[in-house]
Amino acid sequence: MKGQVVLVSRLAARDLRRRPVESLMVLLVIAAAATTLTVAFALSGVTNQPYQQTRLATAGPDVIAVEGGGGGRGPAQPVSSAQLAATVASLTTAPGVTAHSGPYPTSLSVIRFRGHTVDVVAEGRDRAPASVDQPKVTQGGWIRPGAVVIERGFADALGVHVGDNVRLGGRSFRVAGIAVTAAVPPYPSSLCHIVCSFPVPRGSFGVPNMGLVWLTRSAVAGFAGSGSNIGYLLNLKLANPAQAPAFAAQHPGTFTWQSIQSAINALIGIEQVALAFGGWLIGLLALAGLGVLVGRRMTEQSKRVGLLKAVGATPMTVAGVLLFEHIALALAAATVGLVAGSLIAPLLTGTGAGLVGAPGAPSISVSTVIIIAVIALAVATVSSLVPAIRAARTSTVSALADAPRVPRRRPMLTAVSARLPVPLLLALRQLSRRPRRALLNAISIAVTVTGIVAILANYAHISSANLTISNLKVDRLNELTAIITVMLIILAAVNTTFIAWATAADGRFSSALERALGATAGQVTAGLSMAALLPALPGAIIGIPLGIEVYHLLGSGTPLTVPPAWQLAGVFLSTLLAVTVLTAIPSRLSARRPPARILQTE
Amino acid sequence: MISMRPVLRASGLCKTFGSEAALVRAVDGVDLDVATGETVAIMGPSGCGKSTLLHLLGGLERPSAGEIELAGKPVTDSSERALAHLRRSAVGFVFQGFYLMDELTAIENVELPGLLAGRSPRAARARARELLEQVGRADRAEFLPSALSGGQRQRVAIARALINRPMIVLADEPTGNLDSTATVEVLRLFEALHESGQTLVIVTHEQRVAATADRLISMRDGVFVDEMRMTGGSRGDLGQLIGLGGE
Repeated sequence: MKGQVVLVSRLAARDLRRRPVESLMVLLVIAAAATTLTVAFALSGVTNQPYQQTRLATAGPDVIAVEGGGGGRGPAQPVSSAQLAATVASLTTAPGVTAHSGPYPTSLSVIRFRGHTVDVVAEGRDRAPASVDQPKVTQGGWIRPGAVVIERGFADALGVHVGDNVRLGGRSFRVAGIAVTAAVPPYPSSLCHIVCSFPVPRGSFGVPNMGLVWLTRSAVAGFAGSGSNIGYLLNLKLANPAQAPAFAAQHPGTFTWQSIQSAINALIGIEQVALAFGGWLIGLLALAGLGVLVGRRMTEQSKRVGLLKAVGATPMTVAGVLLFEHIALALAAATVGLVAGSLIAPLLTGTGAGLVGAPGAPSISVSTVIIIAVIALAVATVSSLVPAIRAARTSTVSALADAPRVPRRRPMLTAVSARLPVPLLLALRQLSRRPRRALLNAISIAVTVTGIVAILANYAHISSANLTISNLKVDRLNELTAIITVMLIILAAVNTTFIAWATAADGRFSSALERALGATAGQVTAGLSMAALLPALPGAIIGIPLGIEVYHLLGSGTPLTVPPAWQLAGVFLSTLLAVTVLTAIPSRLSARRPPARILQTE
Repeated sequence: MISMRPVLRASGLCKTFGSEAALVRAVDGVDLDVATGETVAIMGPSGCGKSTLLHLLGGLERPSAGEIELAGKPVTDSSERALAHLRRSAVGFVFQGFYLMDELTAIENVELPGLLAGRSPRAARARARELLEQVGRADRAEFLPSALSGGQRQRVAIARALINRPMIVLADEPTGNLDSTATVEVLRLFEALHESGQTLVIVTHEQRVAATADRLISMRDGVFVDEMRMTGGSRGDLGQLIGLGGE
């Protein structure tokens, strides 16, 4: 048994060394998919550390109560002093409440800075520090008369700095400082618990696109033209912060720190969806590429199988050698993917400007490692099992003779192709010899176009939102989708080139024969290119509606977004052009060899 | 049947592979004239360069030096495209390994060069059927190569070589993979082609095949070492000797 294992591993290692380029391609294809999946899994484990740190640094509230402006309990209503006092008294004396700050007046206003006009929630504060929810100033100083402090995520998006002058409610304010808070999710997350009761327009993500600023109480009172444009925030500390949801359930109009944390995590959640989607697409591409790669290797190894069997190897040993090779490669690729993914993930998990503290390294848990390894192994096993069994079952004599498998006859296709121009005739006959490879090619293109169209639908959705200033959520999503697009395109290009190369290599004898019978090198080249282009055509066509539908399904709640027709046409035509260019090179190289030499050597 | 006008002329033909110490002169200064309607057999041991010579003559390989003329036109410096046109219109190949497309039936294999030459599917099919009848295998028209014997496959391959009415048929060891019975079948077919005035160049190392030719050239180490004009060819005593004369 031990001898068998040593033999299998030795033979597999020798074969890998004998074909370094193909081994590298298998490694790269699986590693690309493993990297994307690692990033996706790592993001799902991103800790809530930054929010917790911010809570600690700002004495963040456990519960925030909103009074007035509706407070989430109905249409905007003016709040009388007595009503406010009663609410405050009721909440601050409730069981479990240990400290509070506020109530602080809030009002809706508009900030204007360097051509940007954005709605804001202005919160009136005291100059003295509060015991609960004292925003932490990260630049400049705290509020003073005539000066404003801007929430850091919002300041970053607006491009405003300490010392700048902004206009608020028609008045000029100097930016005294920039601060972070744990009482509201940082821009551009939802401030819904504060503002949704106000009649404000909803933005692209179904919530108002608003920033948060702090001013003196008197300044905020000045913005509140009418009684309905003023509300109050009351921050509460509980003895047991974990009980906040239970407290909120008993007191309508209150919100918990957990809900704020969820809103922050929602930002990362979009990234997770995008990455998981990209990861699966790339995984599918990897599977398609590997299917061709492994099938090709099996074809080439037919003679080797014969030799192994001739010297006494059992079918099990032969299958074992082939499987061992791909499993070794898959494990190496999974390792590369895990390392690359763990290096990339922190770049994507920056919490943005709205929180303090580092996000912490995304956790690559044991389960992540196991899942990635299992997926990589599954990809390698699935794509090599059938050819391995086939190779093991091949009779020794026919394997030694290296007799090519007789392709399945497709009389309809043959008859139809006879009526077509020579390049199409050659292409269709080439396709009829390797229908599964054509299917994998079509899947590869369909997956790529699906991904690109979904990303275009995302861009179309974002641009339809007419954002007035830079939006962190949108920016990060754009960055991610750009990375996924690049990875998809690279992997699809590798697949297409490889499929074209494999088609040219496997078809070199028939191509040489066709040339001997009178086909020109140009016709053979065009035929090989078309053999790649023909499956790409339905792949690209199917990918367009699939991409639109996939985006619709992923972005639950988003309306069906169709990218502009010119973009879809561009994707379709660029795909076909790219396939033509990528396949032209291996096809042309293959057709350059004198047919006599190929006929002699086969 | 033999005209004095050469359909194929090669002069100073050389083909080398490799370089310096590893230089191999596969064909080394060969001169050859083949007259219209003539059957020329080139004999020699394995590796003497006869297949390479055939590939050079048919434009499948470019010579390192020398000239080839087909029907009075030089083809040595022709473009790849022109060579392809030449192969499709003026030359028919018969290979030792038959080289039929496995997934195509006999008749589809025969019509393929016709389709490549731009014939209509109907015309190509009609000509293919006619040729299969001519080679005596019309009954196997819809059979796949895997269902045919070696001799039957070679007959199909010969029919394929004839579909575009080539000036010359170049046969590379056409009986190399055949048993005695099949060899005689193929030789009879070549004899019939010869009778019909088809120009043939047959590369072989089998005496029986060579005996059917009008001219026998011996080749060794890339050069012609002997040439013998045969009297009678397959129709003469030698033909009787190998079993062709009894028909």
